[in-house]
Amino acid sequence: MKVKVLFFASLRESLGRPQEELELPANVNTVGALREHLRARGGEWASVFAPNRPVRAAVNQDMVQAAATIKAGDEVAFFPPVTGG
Amino acid sequence: MKIAVQREDFDLGAEVRAISRDSKVGAVASFVGLVRDVRMTLEHYPGMTESAIRRIVEEAGGRWRVMDCTVIHRYGDLAPNDQIVLVAVASAHRGDAFAACEFIMDYLKTSAPFWKKEHRAGGATWVEARATDDEAAERWKRERP
Repeated sequence: MKVKVLFFASLRESLGRPQEELELPANVNTVGALREHLRARGGEWASVFAPNRPVRAAVNQDMVQAAATIKAGDEVAFFPPVTGG
Repeated sequence: MKIAVQREDFDLGAEVRAISRDSKVGAVASFVGLVRDVRMTLEHYPGMTESAIRRIVEEAGGRWRVMDCTVIHRYGDLAPNDQIVLVAVASAHRGDAFAACEFIMDYLKTSAPFWKKEHRAGGATWVEARATDDEAAERWKRERP
């Protein structure tokens, strides 16, 4: 299935892109699985998505936990803990 | 209710007056956050940021008697002393206005998608989230009016 993945702030800079369209294998159907899928690319991806790095996620602009499911056409965003205000 | 995420500055007096017109309003509490001592760039997630703030304001409206509310948060490049954020709450009485204003600000810090990057002489660095901000928001889960 196809999803749109967005990256913000330090993740966007480290990964050198604000977003990408991604074709996911059938078993990558949660936010946690997608994070692992991206980490497996190695290099900068491995360090940005290392298990000990605090990364937050949103699906269709709603903040979610790693167990949240992903379906075709979703917009999934990864970003660091927020620092506004 | 007014929620704005914008590059431009805002006028506290005008915003407070705008939510004070109803003669049943007896109290307006407002908070303005300022840039402390370093230039910064604020990034946000267009669309999600506005809806996250809207949800926080609605949650506040479920807890206290909020008659009107304005939240303005800036993004882009900001200099020391610039205004970053405004939360203004109108209510019949001060207790509701104070509490709702603080609640909105506390949740905004932990759940609205904004990220600050500071520009210092040694280079630019992303600001790390603070545990004390999480604790400030958590406290409202225990304290219900």
